Amino acid sequence: MVNSKEFYIENFKTFVEKLNGQSKLFLHEIRKDALKQLAEMDFPTNRNEEWKYTNVSPILKQNFVPAVNTSAPDFSKEEINKFLFNDFDYHLLVFVNGIFSEELSEIGALPKGVVVGSLNKTAKDNPQLITAYFNKISKTDNAFNALNTLYAFDGLAAIVPDGKVLEKPIQVLYLNTSRDDLVLSQPRNLIVAGKNSQLSIIANYRGYGEKKYFTNIITEVFVDERAIVDLCKIQNESDKSYHIEKVQAHQKEKSVFNHYNITFGGAIVRNDINSRLDDQNIETHYYGLYLAGGKQHVDNHTFIDHAKPNCMSNELYKGILDDNSRGVFNGKIIVHQDAQKTNAYQQNKTILLSKTAAIDTKPQLEIFADDVKCSHGATVGHLDETSEFYISSRGVPQELAKSMLIRAFANDVIETIKIEPLKEQINHMIFEHLHRVEIVNSEESR
Amino acid sequence: MLSIKNLYANVEGKEILKGIDLEIKTGEVHAVMGPNGSGKSTLANVLTGNKSYEITSGEVWFEGKNLLEMDPETRAREGMFLAFQYPIEIPGISNATFLKTALNEIRKYKGEPELTPKEFLDLIKEKAKVLGLDESLISRAVNVGFSGGEKKRNEIFQMLMLEPKFALLDETDSGLDIDALRIVSNGVNIFRKSDNAVLVVTHYQRLLDYIIPDFVHVLSKGRIIKSGGKELALELEEKGYDWIKEEEVDTSTKLEAEKV
Ligand SMILES: Nc1ncnc2c1ncn2[C@@H]1O[C@H](COP(=O)(O)OP(=O)(O)OP(=O)(O)O)[C@@H](O)[C@H]1O
Ligand SMILES: [Mg+2]
Repeated sequence: MVNSKEFYIENFKTFVEKLNGQSKLFLHEIRKDALKQLAEMDFPTNRNEEWKYTNVSPILKQNFVPAVNTSAPDFSKEEINKFLFNDFDYHLLVFVNGIFSEELSEIGALPKGVVVGSLNKTAKDNPQLITAYFNKISKTDNAFNALNTLYAFDGLAAIVPDGKVLEKPIQVLYLNTSRDDLVLSQPRNLIVAGKNSQLSIIANYRGYGEKKYFTNIITEVFVDERAIVDLCKIQNESDKSYHIEKVQAHQKEKSVFNHYNITFGGAIVRNDINSRLDDQNIETHYYGLYLAGGKQHVDNHTFIDHAKPNCMSNELYKGILDDNSRGVFNGKIIVHQDAQKTNAYQQNKTILLSKTAAIDTKPQLEIFADDVKCSHGATVGHLDETSEFYISSRGVPQELAKSMLIRAFANDVIETIKIEPLKEQINHMIFEHLHRVEIVNSEESR
Repeated sequence: MLSIKNLYANVEGKEILKGIDLEIKTGEVHAVMGPNGSGKSTLANVLTGNKSYEITSGEVWFEGKNLLEMDPETRAREGMFLAFQYPIEIPGISNATFLKTALNEIRKYKGEPELTPKEFLDLIKEKAKVLGLDESLISRAVNVGFSGGEKKRNEIFQMLMLEPKFALLDETDSGLDIDALRIVSNGVNIFRKSDNAVLVVTHYQRLLDYIIPDFVHVLSKGRIIKSGGKELALELEEKGYDWIKEEEVDTSTKLEAEKV
């Protein structure tokens, strides 16, 4: 078997043939650069400091066929319905293995000038809207990034001009699955919020079927002056899948970027959530929640880059790890010399439900300015037995007492979500997830 | 209702209860008094099933059932209730959710239907009124940021809501101001019926002025060293515990002497 790097480089030829005329687009020049980059770099190993606790070799053991080179299964509207968050209004976009489905999407009416749709289509019809941003916000940090760019084809494009406000959130369903081949799904998302604009995106990653697949995403976000962007990622991919995402945000003066990162699924999960605060009076909020069991491995690397004075960032990541699951949290904050009067807060709290679950948590603060307020804290603990006893002494079964305490623990993160029905449905997912974990446990122990 | 026979229990390998015998019948109120560290809270925790406490020998029968074989939630559903000496704070869970969950679990166990939201609300209002409990506390997280007195009041509120058969009140009076003591005692007296029973753990006679016990027991070093009527509490208030201890020492040295 050829190694995966060679395989992905080899497969690029097939992709180019399929592209036909499209290989003249600006996008293709970027792909060709990525080809060179990939050829020159290796996939990360544990020797690489950034990947010290996450071993990606299981992902590289098999060759996943890029979704653009294989056929996607058809889903009906009824079939995808169960994956959607409901009971509120939204613009719906559906991507199957990273490729836009016109039939399943219901984008609806948009304010004039706003583009919400397929990146592929936007690159063809309105390239001038995206050339200034595409692959310019994010640079290639590693071979996974290069791989995404190499096959960059489709994903969410949300381009909101100055002064426009999207009243309804955008719900993007990314449904990933392997049918015949093992599939590499690579959504490539671009979000551009013009001055004084507002938008809210629910990035809903789901898996289908029993087979393995690999999702490798790049999301670029540009938040111009005084714009407000909410990006809420809920990841519930199948337990055999691999999931890697890099989010790179670039914020301008007085903008607000809220990122929510909720992880349920995936065998190996790696998120890099990066924000560059490149102007004054910027606000950035990161909220994360991870629930893992079995042999799941969930790695969250966050990076807040304070480049200018008078900005504030606030980060809260919480996790619940059961069985043999493993968590990694690395929260990097750099406050540059110029970034006086920075306020930066970071917290990571993890509850371990079993003796064999573990987390490596590391704050990484590099502060070069002298007039700043920064704080960080990391705690790892177990569910409080006294609280458990207190609840069960009132007649509540121990398992329910546990799940009440866990939901209470997660609540700090969930309550920050602004869409009430979404909050409830995520709470329900937490409940289902805990329940499933318990059922699996009791079956195993028999 | 409750029958404790020769009960021994350890905490972290240390023997705390050293042969407790106690009979409590329906309709009765018992008071347990005794010096700090004598094992009063340990007894309460053992009876409600706290797993930090290890029972090394003895039996406890509750309404004809073997209590020690039940897990904490079953004991509660069978009608056992402990008002904690130190109520626990649970951030993120509201009092209302907590009580509703507990109440419905108990009702389910008894084969009764869940309460409708309206029934639940009415019940809360009724019981909160008895205790003069500020209704805003009900929507707040369980005991979080409650004052010492509010926590104790909240325990009694839970008792009134859950209507157990047997209520153990562990120093519910400590931390209450004079008015609160009267109100809480009144709540307990309203709770008292011919078909339930109460055991109060206290250091002070003044609680027993309001909740008049049928029996008073003195617990010392893990054993009940004296039992009597309500007048025993008055005697303790006046003389402290030392005179009983001396009595006990007397008898035990006498026994030793007899052996020799
Ligand atoms: N969880 C525990 N871990 C270690 N020691 C304990 C624990 N619980 C009780 N003990 C010990 O057992 C002994 C009895 O404690 P207990 O709380 O039952 O006393 P008490 O009679 O209720 O006292 P007080 O009047 O002060 O409330 C004490 O020496 C105490 O330190
Ligand atoms: Mg005590």
